[in-house]
Amino acid sequence: MMQDQQRRNVMRVAVGLALAALAPIGAVQAAEKVKVGLMLPYTGTYASLGNAITNGFKQYVTEQGGTLAGREVEYFVVDDESDPAKATENANKLTKRDQVDVLVGTVHSGVALAMAKVARDTKTLMIIPNAGADELTGPLCSPNVFRSSFSNWQPGYAMGKVAAERGHKTAVTLSWKYAAGDEATGGFAKGFESGGGKVVKQLTLPFPNVEFQALLTEIASLKPDAVYVFFAGGGAVKFVKDYEAAGLKNSIPLYSSGFLTDGTLEAMGTSGEGLVTALHYADGLDNAKDKAFRSGYMTAYKAQPDVYAVQGYDAAQLLKAGLDAVKGSDKLDKDAMIKAMGAATIDSPRGSFTLSSAHNPVQDIYLRKVEGKENKVIGIAAKKLADPARGCKM
Amino acid sequence: MDLVTFLIQILNALQYGLLLFLVASGLTLVFGIMGIINLAHGSFYMVGAYMAFVLTGMTGNLMLTIALGIPLAFAFGALLEWLLFAHLYKRDHLEQVLLTYGLILIFEELRSLAVGDDVHGVAVPALFSASIPLSDTLSYPVYRIVISVVCLLLAGGLWWLMKRTRLGMMIRAGSHDRDMVQSLGIDINLLYRTVFALGVALAALAGMLAAPISSVYPGMGGSVLIISFVIVVIGGIGSVWGALVAALLIGFADTFGKVLLPEFAGLAVYLVMAAVLLWRPEGIFKKG
Repeated sequence: MMQDQQRRNVMRVAVGLALAALAPIGAVQAAEKVKVGLMLPYTGTYASLGNAITNGFKQYVTEQGGTLAGREVEYFVVDDESDPAKATENANKLTKRDQVDVLVGTVHSGVALAMAKVARDTKTLMIIPNAGADELTGPLCSPNVFRSSFSNWQPGYAMGKVAAERGHKTAVTLSWKYAAGDEATGGFAKGFESGGGKVVKQLTLPFPNVEFQALLTEIASLKPDAVYVFFAGGGAVKFVKDYEAAGLKNSIPLYSSGFLTDGTLEAMGTSGEGLVTALHYADGLDNAKDKAFRSGYMTAYKAQPDVYAVQGYDAAQLLKAGLDAVKGSDKLDKDAMIKAMGAATIDSPRGSFTLSSAHNPVQDIYLRKVEGKENKVIGIAAKKLADPARGCKM
Repeated sequence: MDLVTFLIQILNALQYGLLLFLVASGLTLVFGIMGIINLAHGSFYMVGAYMAFVLTGMTGNLMLTIALGIPLAFAFGALLEWLLFAHLYKRDHLEQVLLTYGLILIFEELRSLAVGDDVHGVAVPALFSASIPLSDTLSYPVYRIVISVVCLLLAGGLWWLMKRTRLGMMIRAGSHDRDMVQSLGIDINLLYRTVFALGVALAALAGMLAAPISSVYPGMGGSVLIISFVIVVIGGIGSVWGALVAALLIGFADTFGKVLLPEFAGLAVYLVMAAVLLWRPEGIFKKG
């Protein structure tokens, strides 16, 4: 009887010890995981952008030894196809079915707007690694939504400021008639007119129409001191070629947000040479972080990184800043993470930046000039530029 | 708008209209005359443009590329007709829509696998790379004028083919009554294969000629598809002259729409289409 009792006690202690030994392991494992939902375009026109962002994100995680703030990263990947109609459903899949801790996406502003709505409703953390719609950190801003890229307004405003500083008095703007175009040309007008210039006409054409000849004729007859455009991809290539073929390149300087000449220089050939644009990243930035980032990216992916890869890389850095604040704890305390992310200084390849109260980067916008297939930095168009975040109430 | 600018805008409208005719000409044959709803028309245009990019990279000469590309596209069209389209003539339009929509997806994926998703450019041939000064600030690229001339020649050539040659007569007869033509001892299958291949070759030619001014990019086929259908429908299904007149009409509507009513520029083309179809529901030139 006594022996039985003893034996039972011994057993209890042994089981207890075993459980005690197991328990912390289990707790540590739970704390070591963070679920990241990558909702990006992997097919269609923006596929290369989605891949660059993913590569950049994973590169930072690899640099950190495969973990972020000691947590293992588990990826849930969805191809958003740049289709706003499927955006809500895709974002719901990640937030509700997979229960991700953070939603990372996306390139297309229309898709990002729908994602941000889901993120707000489900109170999921979200990091936008590209989409530049002003609204995302404007009227639709939210404490749990962050952006590691830019707002359309930023490069436009910086370019306008520089155009005025360069002594241009009148300008004509031209873009597709859609939100990004309106926001970028609006930013340019603001920067240009605050420097004493005047935008004499805002020309538009329907997206994605690329027949520019009529509008180039209009520009030639208006004879402004400068032209500012917002185009990207195939439309950008066609516009730059048409601008040169119309003989305007030599008589009226052309300015743009940097997207005009990012990933398009090869296709533009010599027509792109000498163009001046503004963006938050450039070739030939003389800082150690950028050099290390570029050589790391080249080794890992056998390709030159671009601005999209940088934005993906910084999204991962931003997430780590949040995870650092909840290090060692079992559950991810969202409020603590949001606070830490909002206050973080990100050591980006583009140069370090902080976030505005609306969670958009406060960053240097570079002035770049196309020289032999590269967007060489020639100066800073606007230092520590913050988006005005009109309409943001948090 | 001063007089010089106005005249230049008319030139722009004419030139754009002719370019549109070039883009739509292949569809005039395949949809207009053969009656196949060919949503893959834009893909053939894209194939042409990418062919211009790849072949010019190898030969270094766009003219040579076009000389090589036309027979290649023709053979490609004949193969497609034999493999797929030949089974469609007696099926209803919905099945044609399904097949040709499927082809769009397949061609896009193949393009992505073979050439990637980057934007590419093709250099304007050195012979035509000059520009003619029109006003003190504006000049006009010679290459655009060359394209316009090619379009006019093509329009004339197509008209001559359809109205003045034995082949054209057989094609027109075949589009009226397949069985009757066959019973007269004409190989209708070979005839249709030829017309279809010609349609594909024309679409590819448009892509090759437009490549230097439009650049070469994913999804470029989609940009010409709708406008091509608009032109064929406004012009009157099956009419070459109709397509030419419709293309010029659209060229004017688009150019002056952009300049005079920028807020409604996206609508201008469709307003013209609605107006024409209200006035003549079967298009400007009825099938003759």
